[in-house]
Amino acid sequence: MSESDTPTPTVDHPRAHWRACLKITFCLLAVWFVVSFGAAILLRDWCDATLPKIGNAPFGFWMAQQGSIICFVLILILYARLMNQLDAKHGYSEE
Amino acid sequence: MSQDVYNYIFIGVSFAIYIGIAVRSRAGSTKEYYTAGGGVSPFANGMATAADWMSAATFISMAGAVAAAGYDGSQFLMGWTGGFVLLTVLMVPFLRKFGKATVPDFVGDRFYSKQARFVAVLCAIFICMTYIMGQMNGVGVVFSQLFGISLTKGVLIGASIVFFYAGLGGMKGITYTQVAQYCVMAFAYTIPAIFISIILTNNFIPQLGLIGSYAPDGADSVPFLEKLNNINTSIGFQEYTAGKLSTLNMFCITAALMCGTAGLPHVIVRFFTVKNVRAVRKSACWTLAFIAVIYLTAPTIGAFSRVNLIEKLNGVSYSQAPAWLKDYESTGQMAWVDKNDDGIINIHGPAHSTAEKKTNNVFIISESKKPQYPSADSPKDQLVGKHGERLLAQKADMTNPNELYFGTDIMVMANPSMAGLPKWVIALLMAGCIAAALSTAAGLLLVLSTSISHDLMKKIVKPDLSDKEEVRYARIAAFLALGVATYFGINPPSAFIAKTVAFAFGLAASSFFPTLLIGIFSKKMNSKAAVAGMLAGIGFTTFYIIAVQFADMKPFILGITPEGIGFVGMLVNFAVTFTVKAFTEDAPQEIQDMVADIHIPSGSGDAAEH
Repeated sequence: MSESDTPTPTVDHPRAHWRACLKITFCLLAVWFVVSFGAAILLRDWCDATLPKIGNAPFGFWMAQQGSIICFVLILILYARLMNQLDAKHGYSEE
Repeated sequence: MSQDVYNYIFIGVSFAIYIGIAVRSRAGSTKEYYTAGGGVSPFANGMATAADWMSAATFISMAGAVAAAGYDGSQFLMGWTGGFVLLTVLMVPFLRKFGKATVPDFVGDRFYSKQARFVAVLCAIFICMTYIMGQMNGVGVVFSQLFGISLTKGVLIGASIVFFYAGLGGMKGITYTQVAQYCVMAFAYTIPAIFISIILTNNFIPQLGLIGSYAPDGADSVPFLEKLNNINTSIGFQEYTAGKLSTLNMFCITAALMCGTAGLPHVIVRFFTVKNVRAVRKSACWTLAFIAVIYLTAPTIGAFSRVNLIEKLNGVSYSQAPAWLKDYESTGQMAWVDKNDDGIINIHGPAHSTAEKKTNNVFIISESKKPQYPSADSPKDQLVGKHGERLLAQKADMTNPNELYFGTDIMVMANPSMAGLPKWVIALLMAGCIAAALSTAAGLLLVLSTSISHDLMKKIVKPDLSDKEEVRYARIAAFLALGVATYFGINPPSAFIAKTVAFAFGLAASSFFPTLLIGIFSKKMNSKAAVAGMLAGIGFTTFYIIAVQFADMKPFILGITPEGIGFVGMLVNFAVTFTVKAFTEDAPQEIQDMVADIHIPSGSGDAAEH
C-alpha cells in the first residue's frame, strides 16, 4: 500500500500499523481462500485433471482432505510472525 | 483380562486425573471462574482450546461422516479447521485487546446499548444450547455402548460428571482439565489409526497410507483410494473420491462451518485466558496445530474403516460374522435384516435400488431413522431371527437388496474392533471419546452460565450484584442449562450428532461472526444497524432450518441445504446492517476512539485487573 502522506519526522504509528495489519490480513485470507474454496471446491475438477497427483490421490481431493489443513496451520504461523515483526517496527511489542 | 476390565481401568484412571486437576485448580474469584485469571501459557491454552473444540461430534461422528460421504465429508475437515484462520486473523487479537470476559460484553460495549447486549446474550445461549445438546447425546452414545445401558441413563451419567467439575472449577479448572483431555484424545485417535494403517497399507503414518497402496499381508498392491473406489462402485455406492453434493452446496456448507467457527462464543473466550495479544497469536498457532493432528487423521480413519467394514462383513454368512457385529446389534448401532433369506450379509449401495427415489435403506425408516425393536417381553420368535440376529420392529424396505444398517456414529468406535486391535487400544479409544464430549460440554456450559450470570443478571437485570452472588448465579444457570441439554440429549431433534451441531454453526455464522467483524473493523457502525443485522441473520437462518428440517419444506433457496444456510444468513446480516447504517447516524466519537484503540495490539492490560 502506498504512503499518501508526505514523510514527516514523526510517523503516524497507529494508522501505519493498522494499514499494514490490514494488508497482511488481506493477503493471508486470499491464500486461505485459494487453498480451500479454490483448489478443493470450485476448481477441484480442474485440479484433479491437470495438477500432479499427491501420492496416489488426485490433487483436488488431497487438498480437500489434507492439503488445505496443512496450509491453514502454515498461514497462522506466518501471521503470528509477520504481525510480531510489525508490532516491533511500530513500537507496540510487549516482550 | 476382558474388554470391560480394560475399559474400566482406562476410563477410571482418566477420570481420576480430571477430577484431581479440577479440585486442585478450583476457582477462587469470579475472574478465575470466567477467564482462569488470565495467565495461562499459549501452549497450554492451545491444547485446552483444541480439546474444547474437538467435540463428541468431531471425535465420534466426523470420521464416520467422511467414511460415508467420501469427498463430500471434506466440508467438515476444511470447515472446522479453516474457521480458525478467520478467527485468528479477524477476531481474537482485537477482542483480547478489548479485554472483557465474554462476547456479549464486547457487543454490549462496542454497540453501547443494552438492547445489543441482550440480543447477543440470546444468540450466545441459543448457539451454546444447540451445540451442547449434541455433546450430551454423544456422551450418551459412548456410555450406552460402554456399559450396555440405555441412552437415557448414559446421558444422565455424563451430565452429572460434567456438572461436577465445570460448575466447581470454572474456567481455571476446565482449562487445565482440558489439557489432560487433549492428550487422552490425541492418543486415542491416532494410535488405532496407526495400527490399522500398518495392517492395511503397510505404512505406519496413516496420512501417507491413505495416499499410498492397499497391501494387506503383502498382497499385490493397488493404490488405496482406487481399491476404495472399486469396493464402493462394485456394491452400488458412488466412487469415494467423487462428490454427490453440488458445488454450490459444498461451498455454502464449508463457508457456514468456517464462519460459524469464527463466531462460536465458547471458542472465542478461550483466547481471553492468555496474557496479551502476542500470546493470543501464538496460542492460535498451537491450537490449530493440535487440532490438525486429529483432523488429518480423521479422513484416514474414515477411509480405513469403510474398507474394513465392507471387507469383513459383505458376503459373509451371519453365523461366521465377527463377534463385534453382535455387540453393536445389541446396542442398536448396527442391524441385519436377511431380505433374501440366504443367511449371508449383503451390503448394497443406493444404485441397486429399484425405487424411484434411490436409497439403500434396510428398513422402512421412521422419524428417528434408527432401528426400533419389539419390546423385550415379546415372544421369542419376534426378538431373535433364525440365524440368531436381533429382529427389528420396522418392516424391511424391499425396494433395495441392502441388508446391513450401521449408524455413522459408530465408525470410530467400532474401528479398532473391526481391525482386530488389542483390547487396550479399544479401551483408550473409549476414554478418548468421553474426554472429547466432556471437555466440550464443560466449556460450553461455562459460556452458557456466564452469559446468564454476567451478561444477563449483572449487566442488565441487577447491576449491584456482588462477585460471590454472580458466581452463585453462574452455578445455578449451569445446572439449569445442563438439565435442558440432558433432555434434548435424550430426545435429539435431529437424527445424527453431526447434524445437530451443524445448526449451531449456522446460527453462529449468521449472528456473531458478521456482527463482531463489523464491530471490530468499522468504526462508525451504530447500534441500531448491528441489532437489526443480528436479528435478521439469526431469524432468517432459524426460520430456514426449521422450515426445511422440521416442516419438511423443499430447500427453497437455490436448493441450499439447512447445513449451508448459515452462509446465506451471514450475507443477510451484512446486507441488513449496512442498509440500516446508511439511514442512521455514525457511532458516537468515544466509541470510534475505542475501536481505534483495539486496533493497536499493545497495552491490553492484565486480564485479572478489570
